[in-house]
Amino acid sequence: MKASLAFRIWISLLGWGAALAMFFPVAWMVLTSFKTEIDAVATPPLLFFHPTLQNYFQVNQLGDYAGAVWNSVVISFGSTAIAIALAMPAAYAMAFFPNRWTKDLLLWILSTKMMPAVGVLMPIYLICKSTGLLDTKTGLIAIMTLANLPIIIWMLYTFFKEIPGDIIEASRMDGAGALAQIRVVLLPLAGPGIASTGLLAVILSWNEAFWSLNLTAVHAAPLTAFIVAFSSPQGLFWAKLSAASTLAVAPILVFGWMTQRQLVRGLTFGAVK
Amino acid sequence: MRLLKNAAFAAFLLATPCAASATTITIATVNNSDMIIMQKLSQQWEKQTGNKINWVVLEENVLRQRVTTDIATHGGQFDVITIGSYETPIWAKQGWLAPLDNFPASYDYNDLLPQVRSALSVGNKLYAAPFYAESSFTMYRKDLFAKAGLTMPEQPTYAQIEQFADKLTDKSKQQYGICLRGKPGWGENMAYLSTLVNTYGGSWFNMDWKPQLTTAPWENAINFYVNLMKKDGPPGADSNGFNENQALFSTGHCAMWIDSTAAAGKLEDPTQSQVAGDIGFVKAPIAVTTHGAGWLWAWALAVPSTTKHEKTAESFIAWATSQQYIDLVGKTEGWVVAPPGTRTSTYANADYLKAAPFAKATIAAINAADPNHPTLNPVPYTGVQFVAIPPFQQIGTVVGQDMAGALTGRSTVSAALQSAQDSTTAAMKQAGYLK
Amino acid sequence: MSGPQTPMAHRGTKLMRTWPLLTPVVFLLLVWSIVPLLMTLWFSFQRYNLVDPTITGFAGFDNYKFLLEDPAMLAAIFNEVVLVGSVLAITIVFGVAFAILFDQEFWGRSIARLFVIAPFFVMPTVSALIWKNLLMNPVSGVFAWITTKLGFGAIDWFTNYPMAGIVIIVAWQWIPFATLILLTAMQSLDREQMEAARMDAARGPQLLRFVIMPHLARPISILLMIETIFLLAIFAEIFITTSGGPGDATTTLTYLIYLRALVNFDVGGASAGGVLAIILANIMAFFLVRTIARNVNI
Repeated sequence: MKASLAFRIWISLLGWGAALAMFFPVAWMVLTSFKTEIDAVATPPLLFFHPTLQNYFQVNQLGDYAGAVWNSVVISFGSTAIAIALAMPAAYAMAFFPNRWTKDLLLWILSTKMMPAVGVLMPIYLICKSTGLLDTKTGLIAIMTLANLPIIIWMLYTFFKEIPGDIIEASRMDGAGALAQIRVVLLPLAGPGIASTGLLAVILSWNEAFWSLNLTAVHAAPLTAFIVAFSSPQGLFWAKLSAASTLAVAPILVFGWMTQRQLVRGLTFGAVK
Repeated sequence: MRLLKNAAFAAFLLATPCAASATTITIATVNNSDMIIMQKLSQQWEKQTGNKINWVVLEENVLRQRVTTDIATHGGQFDVITIGSYETPIWAKQGWLAPLDNFPASYDYNDLLPQVRSALSVGNKLYAAPFYAESSFTMYRKDLFAKAGLTMPEQPTYAQIEQFADKLTDKSKQQYGICLRGKPGWGENMAYLSTLVNTYGGSWFNMDWKPQLTTAPWENAINFYVNLMKKDGPPGADSNGFNENQALFSTGHCAMWIDSTAAAGKLEDPTQSQVAGDIGFVKAPIAVTTHGAGWLWAWALAVPSTTKHEKTAESFIAWATSQQYIDLVGKTEGWVVAPPGTRTSTYANADYLKAAPFAKATIAAINAADPNHPTLNPVPYTGVQFVAIPPFQQIGTVVGQDMAGALTGRSTVSAALQSAQDSTTAAMKQAGYLK
Repeated sequence: MSGPQTPMAHRGTKLMRTWPLLTPVVFLLLVWSIVPLLMTLWFSFQRYNLVDPTITGFAGFDNYKFLLEDPAMLAAIFNEVVLVGSVLAITIVFGVAFAILFDQEFWGRSIARLFVIAPFFVMPTVSALIWKNLLMNPVSGVFAWITTKLGFGAIDWFTNYPMAGIVIIVAWQWIPFATLILLTAMQSLDREQMEAARMDAARGPQLLRFVIMPHLARPISILLMIETIFLLAIFAEIFITTSGGPGDATTTLTYLIYLRALVNFDVGGASAGGVLAIILANIMAFFLVRTIARNVNI
């Protein structure tokens, strides 16, 4: 059935209205980053002004942006890769060979994620200190891996459930070992699911601000720590804040936009039957 | 030509031995504009000495939690830390800071302002070198006062402040008679409110460490504050801290603002402020007594005792808090933004006095603040806008939330004070000050 | 047809085969959850304040007593529930609406969709700062300007509606996630079934009730669970906008523990709070996850 023209116009208006409303704060942030500090707090708010790049220069002068981006990339991709490698066999085992403890095991795995980070900061801090992991990328990757592991296992599990057990059974009959089954049968079938799990985990650890702030100083400080240097300095700071925020958000936003097709394809959570 | 050769030779000399002994130090500092200038200029120090600096620049609250966790667990992540006059005496007594008592003679300890130096010393030993210091005073818009035919006295009283604020409030033009801190926090609203309570004749504790928050001076002071802000303050006052108020004042929304003397440099800078040149500076207002009406705070650089690079760290601090550094800022960044409130010589410098119309009011306010006798009646503690005991951060933060609640009308003043009294009593019991 | 494809292998061999696959993960998560938990438990019975080393010794149940006697405690649990509940409700409603909307063909849909999901990529710290300073500020914010123009006057969000302000910010960040998941689910909805329903003269609301909602039930359940886990840990938004105030209007349990741990540096008290939060979270996990687990048929 072809939708009528009027309907299409209405839907377009509605869709774009929603899109612009959701995007407005981000757009306004980008806009403000090109204003002078005085213009940034002007009332009424200025839509037209003399754009300046000054804020970006100042932000770059003060913080090590490139270093922070590099740390963010290493930490979020590193931890995601390790977590997926760890989670695949476990999710495979639970999805295709469940026993009477599988359900409880899954629930327990998920409940470890509910531990409030602030409550255990001191123990983790002391452990990191005594193992020399404070302010190292290794330490942060380890923590992010563990923090995201439950969600990753859970997501992979739901994807694997979608794959008919017969296929696995058939390959097992052919004498393929567990790892071979994962490689030959599972990877191609659950590829989109694994990709979107990975993307989601990257985004979550990229934006994680508690551990990355409290366990780093110089060598491992990612973008979430970078932004804190601009969050409320004395004086007018809104334009500089916007510039720093734009810089901090830009890489992951672009990455997310580029990969959104993969992200969406995998986020089915068992809805497709 | 010879000059050039000499310079090249000198550079060579400097470079060679340093390449061997170069150390890298890690400095944790707050993201205030004065520190940002320090970060920029420290490249010169790096060049002169061949050492390298890793900067950790954080917002004040985050800095405090990072530095405190590190120093208390002997984490040893930082070689130089930025702390305030609240932490310095407490941490020095616990042996967490290395004394800074053997800087070269050129440092001239006696040039430091005596009040500031004593606030950062324990047993006559300096434990943190002042980077800049501040008191509080009254800032007002001379143009608005003139237009309304009002004159600000040299020493205003709070009754006068209220009259002025009533006259100068015009909410239709988003012009508010007075801006004051309302954002909860021991270093935010409670810093200001402590001075208000002091001048109303009150104190945090009596000589037996019993909390005094339900006494008449607190009732009067907080009632005055809540009424005044309701009548003449800007909307959203309970989330306005120093920064928010500075933004309001510099965009012309406030007729008066009682806050840090360190705000003045930015308000007089036309690139950051629309009201530069129209601002007058007088003493902090008083009510019953002059004791503790204006606060005293210093941001200072200290060396944790866990550092492995004590010598280098000290040499950096000696450089960054010296008179030469202040000159350097004056010459390269403009005198108006030179770090205020640390050295007598700054206030004898003609260039500085010319560039900074607020200089006299600032030094007068700092000299008048006496952290050792902050209140009308004797108290067992030191500190004007804080109480220099470990549990105060907790107490100040919780009480700050109660006061913000009273400001929004969520609770009555007396209920807020009662709840503050209860939580303070509990905290003091837990910390062992009360039986 | 929602039944999982029940594997058929022989019970005996299964255990043998799967334990090497499960052990590494189970071991790591066990260490990750038990070691800090035990340390937290130990600290919660100690007098331990970071900034005051003179306070030492065994505290018995004192830390728990101080915690439970604190009037902020009940308020904090209540606030936590309000925050999580409202954000869940808003994100589901908007998520479903946006999913249906963006399932329709319209001009520039793929670009519009990029705009809608953008907030999900913004760090919580950044979005809180932007909303507080650039949008919701009652004097120079954009919202104040708009509402004043419309004649309502400036809304003073964090004074008068602090919780609503935070809920809006958090919901803004999570609506895209809900939209993404539900949109994916929508696109898998059988088109022929939709058309058939439409032929049967099913109107919008009926279509929603009898065709779309049943189809979205499973993804919504999963969404609820994942979001709850993350929403319970909400911290940056509160820290930056209201610092838990005014009064204790926006102090959640997480924030209360933060105050104890990193403002008071009272490790003993914070640990007691942490233990309590872990217990509450597990109670909640027990009920929530079980209800949802039944729904999604794990």
